[in-house]
Amino acid sequence: MSAQVEQREAIGAPVRRKEDATLLQGQAQWVDNMGGPGTVYLGVVRSPYAHARIRNVNVEPALAHAEVVAAWAADGLEDEWSGGLPCAWLPTEDTNAPAHYPLARNIARHAGDAVAVVAATSRAAAEDAIELVEVDYESLDAVVDPEAALADGAPLVHDELGTNRCFTWTLEAGDVERLFAEAAVIVKERYRQQRLIPNAIEPRAVYVQPVPAAGEYTMWSTTQVPHIARVTLSGVVGIPEAKLRVIAPDVGGGFGSKLNVYAEEALALAIARRLGRPVKWTEARSEGYLSTIHGRDQIQEIELAATAEGRITAVRVRILAGMGAYLQLVTPGVPLLGAWLFGGCYAVEGYSFECTGAFTHTTPTDAYRGAGRPEATYAIERAVDALARKLGVDPVELRRRNFIREFPATIASGLTIDSGDYDASLDAALEKIGYAELRDEQRERRERNDPKRLGIGLSTYVEMCGLAPSAILGAIRYSAGGWDTATIRCLPTGTCQVLTGTSPHGQGHETTWSQIVSDRLGYQVDEVEVLHGDTSVVPLGMDTYGSRSLAVGGVALYHAAEKIVAKAKTLAAHVLGVDEAQVDHVRGTFHGPEGAVTLKELALQAWTAHNLPDGMEPGLEATYVYDPPNFSWPAGAHVAVVEVDTESGDVQVLRYVAVDDVGTVVNPLIVDGQVMGGLAQGVAQALYEEAIYDDGGNLQTATMATYLVPSAADLPEWELDRTETASPTNPLGVKGVGETGAIASPAAVMNAVVDALAADGVTDVDMPATPERVWRALEEVRR
Amino acid sequence: MRSVSLTVNGFRHELELEPRELLVYVLRERLGLTGTVVGCDTSSCGACTVLLDGESVKSCTVLGVQADGHEITTIEGLAENGELHPLQESFREHHALQCGYCTSGMVLAAVSYLAENPNATAPEIRHALEGNLCRCTGYQNIVDAIEAVAS
Repeated sequence: MSAQVEQREAIGAPVRRKEDATLLQGQAQWVDNMGGPGTVYLGVVRSPYAHARIRNVNVEPALAHAEVVAAWAADGLEDEWSGGLPCAWLPTEDTNAPAHYPLARNIARHAGDAVAVVAATSRAAAEDAIELVEVDYESLDAVVDPEAALADGAPLVHDELGTNRCFTWTLEAGDVERLFAEAAVIVKERYRQQRLIPNAIEPRAVYVQPVPAAGEYTMWSTTQVPHIARVTLSGVVGIPEAKLRVIAPDVGGGFGSKLNVYAEEALALAIARRLGRPVKWTEARSEGYLSTIHGRDQIQEIELAATAEGRITAVRVRILAGMGAYLQLVTPGVPLLGAWLFGGCYAVEGYSFECTGAFTHTTPTDAYRGAGRPEATYAIERAVDALARKLGVDPVELRRRNFIREFPATIASGLTIDSGDYDASLDAALEKIGYAELRDEQRERRERNDPKRLGIGLSTYVEMCGLAPSAILGAIRYSAGGWDTATIRCLPTGTCQVLTGTSPHGQGHETTWSQIVSDRLGYQVDEVEVLHGDTSVVPLGMDTYGSRSLAVGGVALYHAAEKIVAKAKTLAAHVLGVDEAQVDHVRGTFHGPEGAVTLKELALQAWTAHNLPDGMEPGLEATYVYDPPNFSWPAGAHVAVVEVDTESGDVQVLRYVAVDDVGTVVNPLIVDGQVMGGLAQGVAQALYEEAIYDDGGNLQTATMATYLVPSAADLPEWELDRTETASPTNPLGVKGVGETGAIASPAAVMNAVVDALAADGVTDVDMPATPERVWRALEEVRR
Repeated sequence: MRSVSLTVNGFRHELELEPRELLVYVLRERLGLTGTVVGCDTSSCGACTVLLDGESVKSCTVLGVQADGHEITTIEGLAENGELHPLQESFREHHALQCGYCTSGMVLAAVSYLAENPNATAPEIRHALEGNLCRCTGYQNIVDAIEAVAS
């Protein structure tokens, strides 16, 4: 291999993705492509009411349909369930966790709650037949707003709990009372995190093939978490874990919406067992808007205590988080993923956090890109701007007065940030955007009373990802670990297989992982085959979410490569007839004092096993399970420049600069792609997207035609740059990048919107900053 | 049932279709051309975009019977003699896809648009793609990939 090829494929090189050839030619294996002889198609009958008593379900008319094989309401499948649908994170001992089964019994608790299921011999017949099922509902009062849900006399989502409160979780550090009492300045802000719909472009689907006599089931699912799905669904359906194989083939995006274990997966397994036939279900998009998890839905109160010079001394936060009608996989844990971060990248002394979860008659919320951290970043970054306005200090200057500068830094909330350089990314962002010139232009526009105001918004964020140290997860009552696995198998014919416990759905792990192997072991990228997302091929894994794949799974791969090198070195010494200490390994070649042998040659030698050192096992394969000792801490500085039309309320993002520090970059092309995708979702939260329920619990934005997923025409060009402080926590120095864009950008854009209108007297605009909302905010101050 | 004759990627198919069958399901379920995918049910996302006589259509909004006698090109028919179409190449070169679910539709929409406006600029491309949603890329690399082929 030439040095040039080596460099082109090393860590840090912009290798074009291996995944693309398949995807670009329409050869991807989506779950909805699956099927085979005898398959029955499921159709799910869903409640049109947000809250209703189910008086009677009559499936007989559906059964009369010639192509319908079977149909059931909840009672018909009751004995299929060994347990309810899983919630793996009950944050307190007294968390109210209501029963949650794949079909609602007696009460429907949100529009879209599954009430009955039909199985038919074609997709179209299943769709027709759900219309034939007769359900007698008694409509009941609903509550959709989390605050209203906690008020006296609110309709209860779960009568048996006697309350809509799910849990209250607190975190206290330092003498917060004293710090507030002594503060020269206090700002108190209230923000709203509107409900969002994740909108992976591939709808959910599941296909199950049973082998009834053996009790074996293979489930293909559009999931981010095949391993977690196998463990948990085994418990729901009572199929022994060893008899259940879960495969995530090509998966068309997730963003958290496929980090879950859903009713339809359990139904497909149970019905495949009941009927002894393959079963398939594919979500219609509008159905998904009701039945796939939503994100965000928080009301946030944040207070900052500061000195007269603007040194922030304490942060006090109260969150009310909407759970929706049931707890999905990590519903109550999502707001807590932000619990440590409301102090941002600032050196605060006192910290007080309280979060209450509330049930409402709405689709359950759960993890959506960033999960808890966009919410925390939004609150602290907007509050810092509010403090800057109150003190009459430039928001850049105020941030600089408060940055954490010494690392490792144990923050007030108790965790330790391993590394960072917040000034460096802020400097780079300000230079790139031309901050001083923009402030001049802003002033000039105001002076000539230009109805189009200019706004400049900052977001200097830090996030915690790389989920996560298992012991910490245990301490905060999460039910699983945060480790991940990698296996490298050096095959005798010169290629190698990598087995990873992560489960990509667009992130390009096949390419990135190949680069790591190429960098460490000298294989060409095309000689590395990365296998993932199949519990029979990769039995152990914790899957993909929380920007964890590289920072945990990638690091496991690094360590597996080290184990390969160690064994190969012993074998090389044996082959070269020298002492092991005399052997040097350089990217796949083992050099002795005289002569060398390549890893590929050694792999063949280990396979034939004709001449191995005493006691050495044949084969050249290594597995490593890596449990990270700390979270990882990406950070950065984003600057949004907006133009706000004070006559129409229209907001245009003129420029967006993102400078991120995600540690070592393995593939800059892929990293930039992750940042840009996250930015699009974050800017969409700021300006466009909102899941709106009416008071009766009807989702008003119930189709892709009424919920504004932005197109290319709605978004600006992204201007990206990077600073780099390698993480000292892991040998690759990586930090994770999947969520940075979505975490940082809502605050940057909304700070820019408020900045544009601050001189007019506007101090707050809720997300999304639609023209109507902006116009109304202006009208209020004009009066 | 109605007898329908379709030419798809150069191959002629004689089919008996239910009048309500959407073209996208004819392609996917009857012809096994699963490169064309369904992303929504409101004609919003464009994931199902194919070429009908060279022009992009959302195949979820065309009935199979409406395509009778027409020529359809799907993503499977875009590469010629094993050579990727320049737009396919450019998407790969510019990292214009992540999960790839919108990609078939996005590429075919771009093929159709560039046939109409071969010298398209970035802002024009952004507007032309309004009917094709991508949730992964933030669009910039898609626009760059198309612009590179245009210029």
